[in-house]
Amino acid sequence: MEIDTTTKLTAKDFITDQDVRWCPGCGDYSILKQVQTVMPELGLKREEIVFISGIGCSSRFPYYMETYGMHSIHGRATAVASGLKATRSDLSVWIVTGDGDSLSIGGNHLIHLLRRNFDVNILLFNNEIYGLTKGQYSPTSPTGKVAKSTPMGSIDHPFNPLALCLGAGATFVARSMDRDPIHLREILKRANEHKGTSLLEIYQNCNVFNDGAFEVFTEKSSKKEEALFVEQNKPLLFGENNSKGIKLDGLKPIIVNMNEGNISASDLWIHDEKDATKANMLSRFFDDVKKENHLPRAFGIFYSEDRYCYEDALQQQINDAISAKGKGDLNDLLKGKNTWVVNNLKK
Amino acid sequence: MTYRTEIVKQVVIFFAGDSGDGIQLAGTQFTNTAALLGNNVSTFPNFPAEIRAPQGTLAGVSGFQLHFGSVEIHTPGDAADVLVVMNAAALKANLQQLKEGGVIIANSDGFDAKKLKLAKYPNGVNPLKDDSLSKYRLYEIDVTKLTRTCLEGSGLGTKDSDRPKNMFVLGYIYWMYNRKLDATIEFIKEQFKKSSTLIDANIKVLNAGYNYGDTTETSMNRYEVKAAEVSPGTYRNIIGNQATALGLIAASSKADLTLFYASYPITPASDILHELSKHKNFGVKTFQAEDEIAAITSAIGASFGGSLGVTASSGPGIALKGEAIGLALMLELPLVIVNVQRGGPSTGLPTKTEQADLLQALYGRNGESPVVVIAASTPSDCFYTVYEACRIAVEHMTPVFFLSDGYIANGAEPWKFPLENELKKIEAHFAENKLAVGEKFLPYKRNEKLVREWAIPGTKGLEHRVGGLEKENETGNISYDPDNHEFMVKMREAKIQKIADYIPEQKFDQGKEKGKLLVIGWGSTYGSIKTAVQESIGEGLEVSHIHIKYLNPLPKNIGSIIKNFEKVLIPEMNNGQLIKVLRDKFLVDAIGHNKIKGMPFTAAEIKNKIVEVLQ
Repeated sequence: MEIDTTTKLTAKDFITDQDVRWCPGCGDYSILKQVQTVMPELGLKREEIVFISGIGCSSRFPYYMETYGMHSIHGRATAVASGLKATRSDLSVWIVTGDGDSLSIGGNHLIHLLRRNFDVNILLFNNEIYGLTKGQYSPTSPTGKVAKSTPMGSIDHPFNPLALCLGAGATFVARSMDRDPIHLREILKRANEHKGTSLLEIYQNCNVFNDGAFEVFTEKSSKKEEALFVEQNKPLLFGENNSKGIKLDGLKPIIVNMNEGNISASDLWIHDEKDATKANMLSRFFDDVKKENHLPRAFGIFYSEDRYCYEDALQQQINDAISAKGKGDLNDLLKGKNTWVVNNLKK
Repeated sequence: MTYRTEIVKQVVIFFAGDSGDGIQLAGTQFTNTAALLGNNVSTFPNFPAEIRAPQGTLAGVSGFQLHFGSVEIHTPGDAADVLVVMNAAALKANLQQLKEGGVIIANSDGFDAKKLKLAKYPNGVNPLKDDSLSKYRLYEIDVTKLTRTCLEGSGLGTKDSDRPKNMFVLGYIYWMYNRKLDATIEFIKEQFKKSSTLIDANIKVLNAGYNYGDTTETSMNRYEVKAAEVSPGTYRNIIGNQATALGLIAASSKADLTLFYASYPITPASDILHELSKHKNFGVKTFQAEDEIAAITSAIGASFGGSLGVTASSGPGIALKGEAIGLALMLELPLVIVNVQRGGPSTGLPTKTEQADLLQALYGRNGESPVVVIAASTPSDCFYTVYEACRIAVEHMTPVFFLSDGYIANGAEPWKFPLENELKKIEAHFAENKLAVGEKFLPYKRNEKLVREWAIPGTKGLEHRVGGLEKENETGNISYDPDNHEFMVKMREAKIQKIADYIPEQKFDQGKEKGKLLVIGWGSTYGSIKTAVQESIGEGLEVSHIHIKYLNPLPKNIGSIIKNFEKVLIPEMNNGQLIKVLRDKFLVDAIGHNKIKGMPFTAAEIKNKIVEVLQ
């Protein structure tokens, strides 16, 4: 028997010899770094990992990961990954996609992947803009967005990606950001641990075409007031020194001041990843930050559910068919049920 | 009762009725019984586009044409000897198919005032009652009434009692052609195994139809069609789409690869998915994707992982797959794309046949994007041709188009099926890590066939990235270098053309290798061309026939074959597609013969053209 002498992998082992060609200052650099940092901690062999992307800035990602990879076509990474996972359940499959790639041209495949629940991880880089084609509005751009194709402002109503994914039957839905490496690494690990499709939306700054789209959530000055980091079994607290909380008033979430009255943490909404209703409500914390008394934007794991994976059910049917009929015999198949014999005898 | 039995060599029966009348089932049953008796058979089901078009209307007529005989049979027949019609619309829609002097068996209940009106006969006109059918031999049978009477007391309601009408007709035809009922009785038992009432009812009606022939005062002759003299062996009946499914399973099995078949429902390709999904005990993985694009891209994902990725569709779906076919040829991964062609363009004629997607297969993508294209010529040939498509895809790491069409996909014929060990081995090899220390894996390094290695995830040390962007020779890294791009475009073309070294040379189907007229066909026109050329040669005409299976790359000797003939005739069920390709490649002044009616050529249509060209 051959003894595995491989030394433990490090982040460096996941760096390729290709020059990284994103614009200087792009949020993608941080995401790449966090993924490469987390990879050695996942207990996976490098050759078992596959990164699949579509088209767009983020979709260059596989070229920079020293694993197996495919840079496929626009919107289809989710479908390519479905076929791969259906036939190779042993692989760790990661999909890298953007808001245009997965929510516009590839929207159909995304929702169908989510309902089938293949055991893959989707990293959805959301920068609310088309970067590679140089600055058109995207399906997540806010209404009124002035971009190359919308000089008078976009009239499209944007998608709420996480609400969409929950609606499509996703079993793991989370949000993180490029500017919070610790949080991102933690959520990446949790996404990998989840058996089923893990959908991780990552707010990513496009500093060339949409600079500062998420800065209220990512910058120190406003992050505490605008970003709500949810953790399992913990009350929803945010603000300076956790001075604010979210309480449910019937079915309506309201912001309460923790320093006023006799509110205690036990009165607050306690986060539960297994609660689909709460996850849906949390995904609707999607107000325009300019709106008065708006709710903060949530980050962390919104929802996590155990549900069978497509590839396992597919294999199970094969096993069941073999149990019932025996392993297929090609000669029997070619012969079929009814045959007749023609002899050499001439009448 | 007196009747005489006449021995005939071949018969064409055309069953027609409402799409809910069980016409396809009656036709299929007769086909199986004829085949089991050793007749040569060829069939052509002709469906309306709607599943249940309004009853009794011309749009709702479903037809099933069956040609069987003791002689060689290559087509469903040009004209019918017997026309079975369940109603007035079925007669009106199909009477032109009947030979003069042919037999009409009409369900008289289908000719009441209401049905005559639905069939758009003028007020007061009933073709069964005037002498408009005097050129034919007409037998009126009130099938509906006789079926109901037969089932009185069976416990079935009126609606259910009407349903086995097709069995009455089938029983009657079995009597006419001196056939045993056993195979159909077995079928009924299997089909209705959940209800003994339905088994009994159907068998009773089938027998009643047979006995009706035997006991009534119809002065009709009985006919006998003896077994055909065919090459000895064991035969079965096979439908084209079924043969395609079997060919895919056989290829994956011989290549020792998992078959991953992804498709989106579309007429007339869906039956392949249905058939494959029955055979999961062969490890077949079928995937009904959310759309055509997901179907092909998931198949590409499966191929990337080391499975045999296959997708199938018809013209409109193939159009949607175009970009992904380009990806597969850039990735240089095995992929089989099945196109069961139908009438186009756009939604076109979904249930009718056409050969109009050849140019789409050859050229229908952006950029210089060569792929292999091969076409099946008969229902059973679908097996061998799709098997060959898989072989080429795997051994040459390329997407391969397998072209079939609605005619052969739904048509049936007897098949002297092969044994597993008679099938050519398919060599599928995955790359192994043989790199020296410090040596880098070159994913686009090629062997003597110009084929790159299939390095699949899970293979340690061969981690690499592929994609749709132009890649540098050998390394596969992204490259915008002008010279590299030109080199790679020419390399991808050369790789496909190199496959000509690994396919058989073109053989003659009939006729001499030199002469006055060469008929070149491809795909499902085979039977009609073969019959027409056979008859022409029999009459002393100097004509030969080649039928091209390998459309890209073409066999290496096509050019030299063409040069040996004064004239070249190319019949196609399109507006002239192969003819464009051959003119382009060989500067040959070929003559086209085109039929674009959603229907196959009759042998006579081709023979007449042969005679005309030779005059």
